[in-house]
Amino acid sequence: MGGLIKSSIARKVAMALSGLFLVFFLLQHFTINFTSIFSADVFNELSHFMGTNPFVQFLLQPILIFGVVFHFVMGFILEIKNNKARAVKYARFKGGANSSWVSRNMIWSGVVVLAFLGLHFYDFWVPEMVHKYIEFAPEDPTRYYTELLHRFESPIRTGLYALSFVFLALHLWHGFASSFQSVGFNNKYSVAATKFAKAFAIVIPLGFIVVAIVLHLTH
Amino acid sequence: MKLTLKIWRQKDAKSRGELVDYQMKGIEGDMSFLEMLDVLNEELINKGEEPVVFDHDCREGICGVCSLQINGEPHGPDRLITACQLHMRKFKDGDTIFIEPFRAKAFPIIKDLMIDRSAFDRIQQAGGYISVNTSGNTVDANAIPIEKEKADDAFAAATCIGCGACVAACKNASAMLFTSAKVSQYALLPQGQVEAADRVLAMVKQMDEEGFGNCTNTGACEIECPKGISLENIARMNREYLKASLKG
Repeated sequence: MGGLIKSSIARKVAMALSGLFLVFFLLQHFTINFTSIFSADVFNELSHFMGTNPFVQFLLQPILIFGVVFHFVMGFILEIKNNKARAVKYARFKGGANSSWVSRNMIWSGVVVLAFLGLHFYDFWVPEMVHKYIEFAPEDPTRYYTELLHRFESPIRTGLYALSFVFLALHLWHGFASSFQSVGFNNKYSVAATKFAKAFAIVIPLGFIVVAIVLHLTH
Repeated sequence: MKLTLKIWRQKDAKSRGELVDYQMKGIEGDMSFLEMLDVLNEELINKGEEPVVFDHDCREGICGVCSLQINGEPHGPDRLITACQLHMRKFKDGDTIFIEPFRAKAFPIIKDLMIDRSAFDRIQQAGGYISVNTSGNTVDANAIPIEKEKADDAFAAATCIGCGACVAACKNASAMLFTSAKVSQYALLPQGQVEAADRVLAMVKQMDEEGFGNCTNTGACEIECPKGISLENIARMNREYLKASLKG
């Protein structure tokens, strides 16, 4: 097992598994967000459950934060290692002839998503933690939708969210599909799995953008 | 055809190299790329200058030593060929051609365009073999029935000539395609099962120790491989590695 943790293949599998975990989280997050555009009550109910359920708050939330931090830290470590593997760069390197731009620039799409997460935490997670665990404010199960609308008042913020989801789509376009290859899944179902991953990479970020714009216009 | 060549010149492993310009005239489309370099070297020798050092042997796409990065691509712009099989008809009059060695920390430059690929040899030595009884009781390999699909895949993996184009093309200088081909050619056959777990662990360990980068699934290696080695081999190696590691 020692070799498994240290080796290049183990790091690759770890990146893929943490990425797949984040993909599942993204789907769950989107599902809840999506309810906000047709029912404030359903959104409030789901948000209240997620915000107060001890299993979600004290088990799933720390696992999620660990998954996010692990994925980013491992991504940076791999990028540094990979740069060292070619100390002298080519005078001419035609990467576009044999691979997609997104596959070669995962670090940059990842950095944009990381910066977005900073903004997202500042907007939602930090106020939520302060509200619940520092101020110990009384719980109002109907506050979530109003707070959500308030966050998307600004057209600049809505635009920043939309732009970030474009970069998330680019990141998922390569990352989700290639995670199957990383865990050794390459068989007769691979083509269908790749098509599903590519569709997910477009539909889910686009859905987040639509939700952000609809909330902005609703306000 | 008139051409401008920008060739990487480096005195030895420790010196700093640089791109040097050479003007070529009278290059014909039917010449191979290496013949064009031969013409350049004749001219340099006649002028009393040092010829450009580059690797070559079979000149028919089998030996895999002609490791040239041509205009930013290993073995040049054509697919499924080595640099020695590239013809000058692929270029136009007046073109500028960048010629560099395959670059990776694990492939140190010996001189000019010649690199040291013994890292690949050491990966092979770590586990790229099977142990068979050759004391007179050797079993004929053809006497063992093997599914055609598996035999074909094993043969396809075994066509890897170890040229290093996969490493050269990869933005991370990863050697996963090479190593996975060498793992796969045995992992698919019954003869390779006895040492399967030890093989994949030892070869991946050696690959990591040589300083190659990590695979990020860009797929550049498969596109640039002169023998068309498939990415499926990398997925197979990942599976074999996980299986062997979890088994302990």
